[in-house]
Order: sequence, then structure tokens, then C-alpha cells
Amino acid sequence: MDSTGDAAAEPLLEVRGLSKIFGTLKACDSIDLEIRRGEIHALLGENGAGKSTLVKMLFGALEPTAGTIRWKGQEVAIRSPGEARRLGIGMVFQHFSLFDALTAAENIILSLDDPAPVSAVAARARELSRAYGLPLDPQAHVGDLSVGERQRIEIIRCLLQDPELIILDEPTSVLTPQEADKLFDTLETLRSEGRSILYISHRLEEVKRLCDRATVLRGGRVVGHSDPRRETAASLARMMVGGDVPVVVRDKPAATREALLEVRGLNRKAGHPFAVSLSEIELTVHAGEILGVAGVAGNGQGELFEAISGEALQESADTVRICGHAAGRHDITGRRLMGAAFVPEERLGHAAAPFMTLTQNLLLSRYRTDARAFLGRLGIIRNAVVASAAKRVSTAMDVRKGSEDPEATALSGGNLQKFVIGRELDRQPRVLVVNQPTWGVDAGAAARIRQALVDLAKGGSAVLVISQDLDELFEICDAIAVMHGGRLSTPVPIAEATYEKIGLLMGGARPEATSGLPLEETV
Amino acid sequence: MRIELVKRPQRSALFSMLSPFIALGLTLVAGAALFLALGKNPGEALYYYFVDPLHETWSLHELAVKAAPLILIAVGLSVCFRSNNWNIGAEGQFIIGAMAGSILPVMFPDFQSWVVLPLMLLLGVAGGAAYASIPAVLKARFNTSEILTSLMLVYVAQLFLDWMVRGPWRNPAGFNFPETRTFHAFATLPEIWPASGRAHWGFIFALLAALVLWFVMTRTLKGFEIRLLGQSPRAGRFAGFSREKMVLFSFLVSGGLAGLAGICEVSGAIGQLRPIISPGYGFTAIIIAFLGRLNPLGIVAAGLVLALTYLGGEAAQISVGLSDKVARVFQGMILFFVLACDTLIHYRIRLVAEPAVRGEGARADV
Repeated sequence: MDSTGDAAAEPLLEVRGLSKIFGTLKACDSIDLEIRRGEIHALLGENGAGKSTLVKMLFGALEPTAGTIRWKGQEVAIRSPGEARRLGIGMVFQHFSLFDALTAAENIILSLDDPAPVSAVAARARELSRAYGLPLDPQAHVGDLSVGERQRIEIIRCLLQDPELIILDEPTSVLTPQEADKLFDTLETLRSEGRSILYISHRLEEVKRLCDRATVLRGGRVVGHSDPRRETAASLARMMVGGDVPVVVRDKPAATREALLEVRGLNRKAGHPFAVSLSEIELTVHAGEILGVAGVAGNGQGELFEAISGEALQESADTVRICGHAAGRHDITGRRLMGAAFVPEERLGHAAAPFMTLTQNLLLSRYRTDARAFLGRLGIIRNAVVASAAKRVSTAMDVRKGSEDPEATALSGGNLQKFVIGRELDRQPRVLVVNQPTWGVDAGAAARIRQALVDLAKGGSAVLVISQDLDELFEICDAIAVMHGGRLSTPVPIAEATYEKIGLLMGGARPEATSGLPLEETV
Repeated sequence: MRIELVKRPQRSALFSMLSPFIALGLTLVAGAALFLALGKNPGEALYYYFVDPLHETWSLHELAVKAAPLILIAVGLSVCFRSNNWNIGAEGQFIIGAMAGSILPVMFPDFQSWVVLPLMLLLGVAGGAAYASIPAVLKARFNTSEILTSLMLVYVAQLFLDWMVRGPWRNPAGFNFPETRTFHAFATLPEIWPASGRAHWGFIFALLAALVLWFVMTRTLKGFEIRLLGQSPRAGRFAGFSREKMVLFSFLVSGGLAGLAGICEVSGAIGQLRPIISPGYGFTAIIIAFLGRLNPLGIVAAGLVLALTYLGGEAAQISVGLSDKVARVFQGMILFFVLACDTLIHYRIRLVAEPAVRGEGARADV
């Protein structure tokens, strides 16, 4: 009996001094981590703290530079994901690796080490989906499934290997609050069976609610182990960031009722088989107002952005109006000249050209609106003027960079995002449309960006924020509308909005049903 | 021991500059090995190939004659390639430009005036640009691969020229030789320095084109647009630039310059149309564009080097008895080595001692 007692007490996974060095960068610096049987262990940290690198080493996708990994007391070298799976480590990635054109069952078979007939796999998948409360039709084509359903395929695919440790990378970032609740139930079932879960997240509230222990990383080092239930979200955030996170200050501006951005009856056909078509989108943003567009990824937010920015034109000029001008037939340059500014979701390759300097990237969106200052005769670029404007933007937004005028790709995600947002704010646009303003940005930079958006609205501009981050929308918006399946709900004023109500809309509840009666009572 | 390529955090400015020189050095080494294999003395062969043609004034003129069309075409192509449009058909645009420019002296030989030459040059530009607009419109409208269409149109142009000089445009007083009448004095591009050699004004045009395009590419909004759309089409669309217009623009510029090269070649160097008026200038210019880093000034230097391979090929044929095809081999090797050396701009080479072989074959399923 002694030996079994020992086995229960000894950790399932024990990591000592694990390091990974890329060139001169210490991505992970002698990390210690211990995961016990039957616990949900949170791995907390900002972007770039080393979470992904650590997890990749545990899953055999990266080779550690130094350190040891002990699995059930035995020292192991995990050289490949296949080997990790054989040991009993499963992983659900943040970005799914599924083929749209295949069915759920076919996708699962592709990941199996030993091939099996479709019917057997489908039956087993059905069994698991019932046992763990993960509703799924194995015959459905992945292309037709929602993001939440796709995640379930990934989880079932992982469970088929009967893992003892499951690694989940930011699992709720793509889910509605209700879907996240269901996922938590599943995870608690798994824990009650004695399986361990390594849960990577930056959402502190859910970590507090779900996890037994937490390890916090910052700059590649472990800065603390703690019991998240005894911490507050603020104390966890301080550990993650290494200081206080600035709070967005926001006082209600005197909203004039002048409509600066209007979209009426916007329809757009899907450009390719996996794009979303837009139907009958209506929205109005007034001066001094921030309107949020919430929604699970892939419900037409990107398509909506392209339609409003003018990267895609409308049939009728009146479909989109900017500052009172009919803009539907104008391209993005024309819309900028009407006073609008745009920040797309993708920083590198859309908002900025990776191998161009910041100065050139400033010119990218402003050569026409600031033509008088930036261009001389014959279209000769006044480099000094543009460079000083780029410097002004960098200073205003506190863009940290290694050299005077680096290429966009040399900046970290957060700093580049501050630059591309600052580039537009520097113009003091009357209308700003921004998609995912703080996606993948560290907490300090995110707070700065949100503050800048709030300040712009306070100055009398209209701001449209498309975001999947509900916390962000609740923090800065005056009203939130929800995008689902290419349709936009009527905006819910922030005073009436609750996570529950917005979450239901994100899941596809009909806006008519929710707008009338208070939802808190029906749920 | 194994060799690994490690991605650099940033492009290496050093290797961006060195790469063409390393490539030229490797080409010389490989060339020496080739001559050795052919049973020639490599030192002597390389001397006749690369040094001898530079000894005398008249041969420097010949170098300029060969370099003029190469540089003119290559600077145009650099605009195309920078904007990520792949015009492989400069050879055809060169031929059509030459034919369009030859309309006046061939069909209206009695029209003799000083305006003939400027008109010929303009027609040459127009002909090349019009011919290049075919693949451009097909790409902009129907999304066809411009690589295939522009390349195939080369053969159409070559056969069209062949048919014209054997048929409708054959010199009535030419004893049935397949060539047009020789151009009259007003239709001949003058020599720069008639006393010392054959180099004609085409070379001046080439230098001017390189300077103008260098200025446009580095200093103006148009150049910014070209580079932006080439590197990052989506960011270019976000900036408000049109991909379709850029396809047309870049093909018209490169086609027009190839056409100008064509008419300069026939009115300056040859003096009439023949079934074959180009030893592959349009294709060699692709190599030059890359060897010159797609930079118009770099292209002037690269154009002179590649012109030397043509002259050296002839010299080596006479002095050492090598086949003139060796010139093509050299050009091919240069392109091959340049592209290979460009890897060093983004990657560095690391030698890794092979770790001791581990027991299981666990690596196989990564």
C-alpha cells in the first residue's frame, strides 16, 4: 500500500530548471512547475511571458535547452508530440488544426496514430461526447460548424488518446460566456476522474473560479505560485504585469446627437466558400459615442470592417454615410478624406507592411489625407516631415523600439498596435473604425490603447470598436451590438447590457426576443 | 556534422550588398571548373572571357552596344518585379517594339526628315507597351498567370517577325534574303562618339531610364506604391492603391522600355530587321534585374557585367575555341548563384555537430 500512497502524493509532472534560449532571447529561464494528479493548474502570463514556449516543450514540439522533465517520477525526454501522446499528454491548441472540407470524424481519424474505420471512431466520439457533455455530430462537415463546436472536436480528439494530462491553450478566447460555462463543467468532470489539466489563460476571473493552483510567468521566469481562489483578480494581474495595471478613465462626454457613421441595409455576398455573407446591417455611431460590436470570431466581423472601410464597395452610395457624406461608392482613400480612419485586425500585412519602416508605414494610410504636408511636387515624398510625424506618433503612444526607425516586423505586437492606432489618432479623425484593438497586446499597452479610444470619443469623434473581448467592450463602450452569422443585433445600451444578455446574442439568440423582456429572469 | 539554416531576426544589410559579389565569385570558380573539364586552361580561358574584351576602346564601345538593350529592359522589369508582377515576355515586347518602330523606314522609305527618328522611338515604345498590355489586361481582368501568357507571347512575336521579314517586309532589292531594306540616314540612331566606335544613343537612353526610375522608386509616392503593392498586397489595398492599375502600369513601363530597347537595337546597331534581332536580351535582362538587386543603379552595373559575358563568349570562341553556348551557361550560373546567395540575406548558416544517435526512431513522427 505504501507504494500506491507514494504514487498518489508524487506529482504527475515535475519540471525543474527548464530553459529555452532562442539566439540571445531567453524565452524560458529555468522554469519550475509541478502538476499534481486531479488538479486544474493555471498557467498565467502576458503575451511573450513564455507560456507557449513552455507548453511546446512539454508537448514535444520544442527541444529544451536545459532542465529536466519528470513524468510520474521518471525523467523523460519528450522529443515529439507523438511521444507526448504516448506518455499520456494531450493538447488542445488555441488555433485549431482542422480541415474545413472533412467531417468531424474524418478529422479525428487523421490525428490517430493507428488508423481505424470511420464508423468505429464516430461511435467512440459519440460516446465521449455524451459522457463529457460535449454535444457533437461526428458526420458534420467542419466548415459548417461554429468555433465552439470545432473546439469540441479538438477536445474529443484529445480525449480519445485517454490522456492523464490535458493542456488547454486559451480555450475560452473563442467562446461565448455560455459556451465557456459548459466547457468548465466538462473540465470539472475530467478533474473528478483524476485527470490533470494545465489551463493557460489571461482571463483572471475564470482562473479564480476554475483552477486549484496557479503558476505565474513573467519575462520567461516563474514569478510566483499561488492559490487563485485566495487571490483577487487585481492581485493576480499585478503578479502578471509586475506592477499596477492602469485603469481606463472615462467620464461621460456630452453626446451630441450628430450621426457621424451610418450604415443602412448593408448586404454583402460571401466572397469565398468559407467567408460570411452580411445581411441587412444597420448601425449608427454618433459624435462622442463608442459603439462596440461583439461576437465570436468568424461571424462576419472582418467582412463588416472591409465594407465600412471601403476595401469592399457597396452597390448604393447611401448604404454607408460618413460625416453626412454618401460613402458607399467611395474607396478607402475617399472615405479617409471624408474624415474616417481605420485600423484593421491584422497588424502585419494589413495595417502595416512588415518590411517597411515605421515612417513608410505612416505614409501608408496618410499619403492622401496629409498630402499637403507629406508630398512635394511630382509626388516627391518629404521624408523629413513624414519621419517627424512618425516620431510624434511613437512618442504620443509610447512605442518602444530598438532603433530610430525600425521595420514594422521588428516591433513587438503590442508596440506595433500602438503605432498603427496612434497613426490614425494623430489625424484626429471624426470617425474611427477599429477591429480587435488589443488582440494579443499586453495589459499595459491595451490599457493605453483603450484610453486613447475613450479620449478620442470625448473629443467628439464617433468610434466603432469590433472586438471579441467582452471585458474590453464593457469597459469602454456606450452601447454594444452583437454580430452573429452575418447579422448585427440592435445595440444594447451599456447600462442595460450584462454578460449574460450579450453572451446569448453571441450564441445566436434572436435579438427581438432579448430586447423586450429582461433576460436575467428567464435564464 | 550537419548544416542548418537559421532565420535571422532581421534582413542582413551586409549580405544584401555582398550577395551579388559572392555569386559572381562562385560563378568564376564554377566557370574555371567547367573550362578545366573541357580540357582548356582555366586561367587563359577566363582571361579571354572577362578581361580581354575590356582592353581596347572599340571593344568598350561594343560593350555599351550590348549593355544598352539589357539595361533598358532590366530597369523596366525591376518596376514589374518590385510590384510582384512577373513579366517574362520582355523578349517579345522588344521584338514588337522594334517592328512598330520600323514601320516608317520600311514601309515609307521616301519619308525622310529629322522627325522620322523621334517618331520611330515613340512607335517603338508604343509597340512594346501595347504588346505588354495583353498579359496585363488578362491578369487584371481574368486573373490569368502573367508568367505563362507573357512568355507564350514571346514565341508569337518571334514567329510574326520571321514571317514579316520573309514576306511582306522583305527588301525588294535584297536578292531574296530574309531581311528588310536597310534604314536610311534619318532613321538611324546616331553614334555617341562616331570617331572611336559603334556605341549609339541607346546607351544614353539606358542610363537616363535608370536614373529616372531610380528617382521614382526611391523618392516618390509612385515608387512607394510600387514597393508596397509588391511586398504586401493587402496593406497596399488598405492604403487605397489598386492592384489592377498597378498590373497595367508596371507592364506598360516595362513593355515600353523593352520596345524602346528594340527600336534602338535595330536602328542603332543592326540598321534593318532580320528574322532574329536579339540574342535573348529579354531573358538575360531578368538575370540582370535580380543581379542588380532590382535597383536601377545596380542594374546598370549588372547590365555591363552580363554584356561582358556576351562579348567574352565571342572572344573565347575565337581565341580558345569554346562554344558560344558557354555564354548562356555563364548567365545561367550567375542567376543560379545569385538566387542561392540571396538565402543568406534572410538566413545564416550554422554548422552543428550531429548529436549522438539516440536509441529510438522517435524523431520520425514529428
